[in-house]
Amino acid sequence: MTEPRPVEARVESLQGTRLGFGAVAAGLLAVVAASFAGLVIGPFDIPAGDVLRELLDGVPGIDVDSGLSRTEEAVVDDLRLPRVVLGLMVGATLSLSGAAYQGAFRNPLADPYLLGIAAGAGLGATIAITEGLGDGSGLLDPVPLAAFIGGLGAVWISYLAGHIGGRSTVTLILAGVAVASFLTACQTYVLQANSDVIREVFNWILGRIATSGWNEPKLLAPYFLITLVVVLRYARALDVLAVGDEEAASLGVNPQRVRLIVVVAASLGAAAAVSVSGLIGFVGIIVPHTVRLVFGASNRVVLPLSVLFGGTFMVAADLVARSVLDGAELPIGVVTAFIGAPFFAVVLRSSRREVW
Amino acid sequence: MTGRLRIRNVSVDLGDAPVLQDVSLDLEPGAWVNVIGPNGAGKTTLLRAILGAVDHTGEIDLGEGTDRGDAMSRARALAYLPQTPTIPAGVPVIDYVLLGRTPHRGVFAADSRGDLALASDVLERLDLAGFAQREVGSLSGGERQRVVLARALVQQSAILLLDEPTTALDLGHQQDVLDLVDELRTERGLTVLATLHDLTLAARYGDRVAALSGGRIVAHGPPRDVVTEELILTHFNASVRIIDDVDGPVIVPVAGRTNQEPT
Repeated sequence: MTEPRPVEARVESLQGTRLGFGAVAAGLLAVVAASFAGLVIGPFDIPAGDVLRELLDGVPGIDVDSGLSRTEEAVVDDLRLPRVVLGLMVGATLSLSGAAYQGAFRNPLADPYLLGIAAGAGLGATIAITEGLGDGSGLLDPVPLAAFIGGLGAVWISYLAGHIGGRSTVTLILAGVAVASFLTACQTYVLQANSDVIREVFNWILGRIATSGWNEPKLLAPYFLITLVVVLRYARALDVLAVGDEEAASLGVNPQRVRLIVVVAASLGAAAAVSVSGLIGFVGIIVPHTVRLVFGASNRVVLPLSVLFGGTFMVAADLVARSVLDGAELPIGVVTAFIGAPFFAVVLRSSRREVW
Repeated sequence: MTGRLRIRNVSVDLGDAPVLQDVSLDLEPGAWVNVIGPNGAGKTTLLRAILGAVDHTGEIDLGEGTDRGDAMSRARALAYLPQTPTIPAGVPVIDYVLLGRTPHRGVFAADSRGDLALASDVLERLDLAGFAQREVGSLSGGERQRVVLARALVQQSAILLLDEPTTALDLGHQQDVLDLVDELRTERGLTVLATLHDLTLAARYGDRVAALSGGRIVAHGPPRDVVTEELILTHFNASVRIIDDVDGPVIVPVAGRTNQEPT
């Protein structure tokens, strides 16, 4: 075995799991289609061809006259485009974080909110709103900042609490449950004491992909990139972790370290996404699982495709959220669950793969 | 020298009860030692202590140049076949076997052609060539056990720890697996430490047997000296007759043991 016999022919046919070209192409196509629909469809009727020309015009070095009026240009460039970009990033981040949590905890029910991000962010946002801090907008808007700090703080407390009891992931998950319950109770208390802002708080909690120009996309972009780079880099390590901590250690991987790095990166992105768009549920569960059921269980496939299909799903859900009611928007969390749950049920039923 | 395994005065406490007490074993490169002992004697704990999966006192040395505290360095020196491996769902055999290359290429690099060639070779030798794209979870118990062994073998470490490698296998595959391990030992000077329930197999393969009982090594040496009727009666509480075959002792249970006084 030290000198493998000529095995060229056999090796040709032997192939470990790889991210296939077809799968990536399908994902990119979905992103492009959803994004284009998001740019074309809206209360303001703008022809698709004009939108396309306007987009081309935005590419440096290309000068095309879109034929759009100034108002129409503003609708495409300053309203719809940032909103689509934000939707792509929020959906990609939440899906990727969910997939990363599922891999790190070896638990199909894990989602980015497992260690208390939602409860912590909810408490942070509630306090900011009840204290009347959430009036301004822009980079220093205190509501997202408070939500971000609350979300990461909750993960940190869960980690501290869960590591005292032992090294098992179950301990950490239980600590997350305890922290989430506690913070939710705190939030409920604050809300009861300030019932005048209940509507505003609930509005925040249910989530939205709303933008004021490019502020929100700019806020989220650095966190999205950090999460993307770190988590994708650890895809193989998560595949090793799938054989359990003890065997992973015997294969040269330090499971605690991998889990810490992946969870911190995923939490950072998820907390940032939640702070700009509220608690959009369900995405972090259904997108990775759908990808797994269709394309296979390896994290090398699931993680990158969750980015593409997560972004697609969020842009599509946002399109529905702002189109179904005349002159009003549905909270996007309602749409993700309303469309997502039945869709996921169909995928679950029709798939023959055993992925967990 | 790599492949040398030195265990000096190793004790393990899990909770309050001592599970291993003052165990010492020396394996030269190319040695094969089988650990026998009744249930709960500490066999698996001994292997897990060597792996670094349980805290222990005493000294364990995996050979020169190996840092036991560093997972990668340890995994290059030592491969491990667990008694009940965790089989992840939805993973094809080839991916599972290639996990064994992790200590050589790191967790970030892709599988090289060399990795694939090695995996292909091992799969062929373990009679698994047609299974590469099948999911590990869909295989029979015996096939799975060979797949896990394949993962341990592509790790190409000098020391192999086998925890009950033959339990799920039929007689033919038991022989195949142990013969292959023996072949590799001859070819590559592989050092093997195995736990085996089947005393006849334990006496037949390898060059020494260590009997573990109550966390202590109670006998250690060539199979004929260790696997005796007295030892088996005392430590396994089993009545057997030993037939001395050319290749080693054969252990035959004696019927009607209810008439015997338990020890």
